[in-house]
Amino acid sequence: MKTTLPARIKTVAVAVAATGLLAGCATSGNPKDPIEGFNRAMFAFNEGLDAAIVKPVAKGYDAVLPSPIKTGVTNFFSNIDDLFIGVNNLLQGKVPEAFSDLGRVMINTTVGLLGVIDFASDAGLEKHDEDFGQTFGRWGVGNGAYVVIPVFGSRTARDTVGLVLDVAADPVANHRPTRTRDLALALRFVNDRANLLPADKVIEEAALDKYSYMRDAYLQRRRNLIHDGNPPREIEADAGPADGPQTAEAGVPDPRAELAPVAPVPALLVARTQASSEAK
Amino acid sequence: MKSLFALIGGLLFAATAMAQEVAPDVLVKTVTNEVLEIVRKDKDIQSGNTKKAIDLVEAKVLPNFNFTRMTQLAMARDWRQASPAQQKILTDEFHTLLVRTYSKALTEYKNQTVAFKPFTLKAGETDVRVRTEIQQAGAGKNVELDYWLEKAPSGWKVYDIEVGGISLVTNYRESFASEVRNNGIEGLIKSLQAKNKSGEATSVKK
Repeated sequence: MKTTLPARIKTVAVAVAATGLLAGCATSGNPKDPIEGFNRAMFAFNEGLDAAIVKPVAKGYDAVLPSPIKTGVTNFFSNIDDLFIGVNNLLQGKVPEAFSDLGRVMINTTVGLLGVIDFASDAGLEKHDEDFGQTFGRWGVGNGAYVVIPVFGSRTARDTVGLVLDVAADPVANHRPTRTRDLALALRFVNDRANLLPADKVIEEAALDKYSYMRDAYLQRRRNLIHDGNPPREIEADAGPADGPQTAEAGVPDPRAELAPVAPVPALLVARTQASSEAK
Repeated sequence: MKSLFALIGGLLFAATAMAQEVAPDVLVKTVTNEVLEIVRKDKDIQSGNTKKAIDLVEAKVLPNFNFTRMTQLAMARDWRQASPAQQKILTDEFHTLLVRTYSKALTEYKNQTVAFKPFTLKAGETDVRVRTEIQQAGAGKNVELDYWLEKAPSGWKVYDIEVGGISLVTNYRESFASEVRNNGIEGLIKSLQAKNKSGEATSVKK
């Protein structure tokens, strides 16, 4: 039997997740990223793929199509996503949000011509961002190890499992016949990449080390999404007092600076994140 | 005559006092609108003139930022390891890096609008978050852009910016820490300097 594309994606995702979880050998100093060696190799692979194929195609797409069409494509897929976002909101017990998502789908599919026009946002129904990885996060599942998987890029162990379910539940990936499905998957992929083109230059400008910049941005972003924009504040974690260079001039060593171990800080954060998501 | 001086002195004092009294949300709103106004009219910035964007950021945005605080937050506990001279260099280099990033983002501006979320300053608060949202015309997805401000004697100063929940300052923590772990404070200074040099080269080319 010929394996279908989503089936293959699933197999790859599972295999990679397994590799990610088991390959504890390539250790690094960062407790959030125990398989950094593997991840950096995979990151380099993805970057190469992007530079050679995905980005040029996305650039062409971006240059050729007028922006109302691109917006229409984005909205079309965004509308399909809303259905599935609603399911995840329901699973997280956020019933009003789930109804709002359903309302969005109803309005945009009809008045918005199959989702091409996002009337619901204008009508005040806010667009949400949910997926199975976030649902698990809400339920108190921790991140697990950070892992870079082929094509899809940054994930955590938890979000990789989430991704497998996302793909399994994705209406586009489940669409038949396969010919239109493949076309739709490719269009969505290229369109998503094209939407990210403006961010590329900013990241190149900002990052000292692109790998860790992307990793830490991903981890921060997921944490924010799981808490729907209100994560517990972590910025003060052993930053010291706000009085600038004078601190060092005083020459008084802060005992905490010597004692603070590297590992427990993120561990504490994860614990806090879990505690607060359980409390909700 | 004496009373005239007193009057002018009094007015000056009142003006400074008023400058200090600008509420954090009003500050964010004023600066954002001012900068967007300029970018909307400036075709050079829109077509990628980073140099011009940097000048704009230096003039309008930077006076409201506390870079020492930002650098300190990004370096976390390594900050105390650095000598005052090193702290000064680190702050300057980080300043350059952030300005360049911010300016680059401005050149990517395309008709987005910024919405300001409701904000109330509670009495005695000295550390606040002002929430804004970048709205893209037509497409449903908005990007949250939040500013963290701290009250200083000279008024409210921004010490962190969060884009979609990603803190621009704390996002450097891990890479700074690993650089210091491997190559020391001097190593971090060197890599920041190298990064800024390469950025300079590309912005000159453009």
